[in-house]
Amino acid sequence: MAAGAASGGSATTDTYKEARNWLLLPSWAVLGIFVLAPVCMMLVYSFLTKEFRGGVIWEPSLAAYDQFFFDRGLFGDEPAKIEWTYITIFWRSIWQAGAATLLSLVIGFPTAYFIATRPERVRPFWVFLITIPYWVNLLIRTVSMKFLLRDQGPLNDFLIGTGLIDSPIHIVNTNFAVQLGLFYSYLPFMVLPIYAAVERYNFSLSEAAADLYAPKWVTLRRIVLPAIKPGVIAGCILVFVPSMGSFLAPDLLGGAKNFMIGSLIEEQFKGNAGNWPFGAAASMILLTMVLIILLIFARQQSKAENGGS
Amino acid sequence: MSERMSNAIDVRNAVKRYGDFTALKRISLTIKDNEFFTLLGPSGCGKTTLLRMIAGFEDVTEGEILLYGDEIEKLPPHQRPVNTVFQNYALFPHMTILENVAFGLEMRGKSKSEARTRAGEMLELVQLSQFAARKPSQLSGGQQQRVALARALAPQPKVLLLDEPLSALDLKLRKAMQLELKHLQRETGITFIFVTHDQEEALTMSDRIAVMSAGEMQQLGSPTEIYEQPRNMFVADFIGETNLLEVSVDQVMNGRAVCHLGGGHALTCNSVEGINVGAKVHMSVRPERLFTTDVPVEGEALKGRVVENIFVGTDISTIVDLAEGPQFIVRTSNSERGNKRIFEPGSEIFVNMELGAGRLLVD
Repeated sequence: MAAGAASGGSATTDTYKEARNWLLLPSWAVLGIFVLAPVCMMLVYSFLTKEFRGGVIWEPSLAAYDQFFFDRGLFGDEPAKIEWTYITIFWRSIWQAGAATLLSLVIGFPTAYFIATRPERVRPFWVFLITIPYWVNLLIRTVSMKFLLRDQGPLNDFLIGTGLIDSPIHIVNTNFAVQLGLFYSYLPFMVLPIYAAVERYNFSLSEAAADLYAPKWVTLRRIVLPAIKPGVIAGCILVFVPSMGSFLAPDLLGGAKNFMIGSLIEEQFKGNAGNWPFGAAASMILLTMVLIILLIFARQQSKAENGGS
Repeated sequence: MSERMSNAIDVRNAVKRYGDFTALKRISLTIKDNEFFTLLGPSGCGKTTLLRMIAGFEDVTEGEILLYGDEIEKLPPHQRPVNTVFQNYALFPHMTILENVAFGLEMRGKSKSEARTRAGEMLELVQLSQFAARKPSQLSGGQQQRVALARALAPQPKVLLLDEPLSALDLKLRKAMQLELKHLQRETGITFIFVTHDQEEALTMSDRIAVMSAGEMQQLGSPTEIYEQPRNMFVADFIGETNLLEVSVDQVMNGRAVCHLGGGHALTCNSVEGINVGAKVHMSVRPERLFTTDVPVEGEALKGRVVENIFVGTDISTIVDLAEGPQFIVRTSNSERGNKRIFEPGSEIFVNMELGAGRLLVD
């Protein structure tokens, strides 16, 4: 086929183009069936009327979005006020995901840097170590985390045993526990892209900076970080986005008070008590928020790249 | 004034070991103020290691390095007042050309505007002012090279280190840069230490050359000394082209020696210290100091047969099969073709040596 393209006659080129379109069909099918169709379905559902035993009635309605943003009293006959419940949950989700991302960055960056600066033949081993915990189901890992952190758990036993503290620290059912759980769930997504970026980094640039009188931390800030920024941003996105919609860690480690948007959506579709249009609407709002955040990231990225010239 | 008189760099008994491997075997050398000094040798000879030790990128296993009298071998690179031009230039890709050149000045505590003004002047010096706002990737190799040079010179280092900076350039550009570098060195008055494996480059640019091999210094001297009076086999072979003959020494007197070839043919040549009567050593003679004739011009002329004439632009190289020895290369400059005869392949001829052209070597 490459030969056909190379021979260059317009007929062969057209055949080649046609063949290429057919060959791309599986990719389009996968994208259509697994990405586009479910999102469209959710979009449609969010504008339908809820059925009380779960499911939907095919009758257009804005009730789901109205319920998310406005409070019209118990019987829906009072003047509309802003409904803060879900906005608060939403805000908490952003905040928690942001904190988890920051935590992953603080721990993940040095880890990735460490791995990338090992001799080439031992690097795969370190990467392998990072991925080992991910052979175990996320639910099991999160539950284990709860056992580890609870008041009578090994962590508190250890701290009391060493005499550092007298009474156990309450970690489970706090915001911090959720952040820790999210951090633990998504750490490799931070480490791997940064590792890839640092591995590609040309270390003679660091030597050049040191040669030009830059102390180590200045070299890191002004030379190393700008060079590996794409890896850092990719890592942050890969941790932040799934953390936003996560429900396992908030449910198991956060308790009822530390509810996140993922749990809210999950509840709408579970059992018979749910409200499908409301869940779909919350999903669409989450999707929109994430897209806006990514867009801001991308904007700044391209601005930084074009800024110099 | 006293600083002007002292040496720019003193390397004293410097040793570098990587585990069991010794990269530098106790090197001592002195580089004078305002000198264009070249470390020359094949790859793996330790020349780059020595340069990186002066810059601070490699620890010194043993020994000392002094910069204008101050010990620097324990200082981190950013505290040494020397700058490096890297082989791959190592320009900061996310900064403009001007920001690259200004970086070192800012790090030395100059204000941003001051650093930029001075960086602008440096770019003028290397004739790249119009590219100040571009990124390194938008420049050609030769231009990047000049940016690297401007960046390293901008903070006015006491010594400039150049690690094979011209190796990535094509021949014509390389020749132009050689002259430009020499010029810059005179203009700035900064001591240059230049690392290269290209002997021609070293001969063209240097005030003095240290020839290195296998972690040891083979010879240190001016380009003429190194070329005309190689101390040993390695230097004679590495610098320029040479003909080698195995000889036995019969007599040594006043720097001259009489020796004979395997077949008994006697030759007179220059001797060096360390050559004793009875020794079997090599004699080196440069191709351009030989000429061919159909009758022997001098008594010691060597008999041979022409194998081939090779035209190499400025000269003609004649390959001669010696009756009593290996093949010899005789080089005749094109401008001399009128005076000296070029013989057809197959001709029986004599190879004559200019007076004092032959030189004995220690192994």
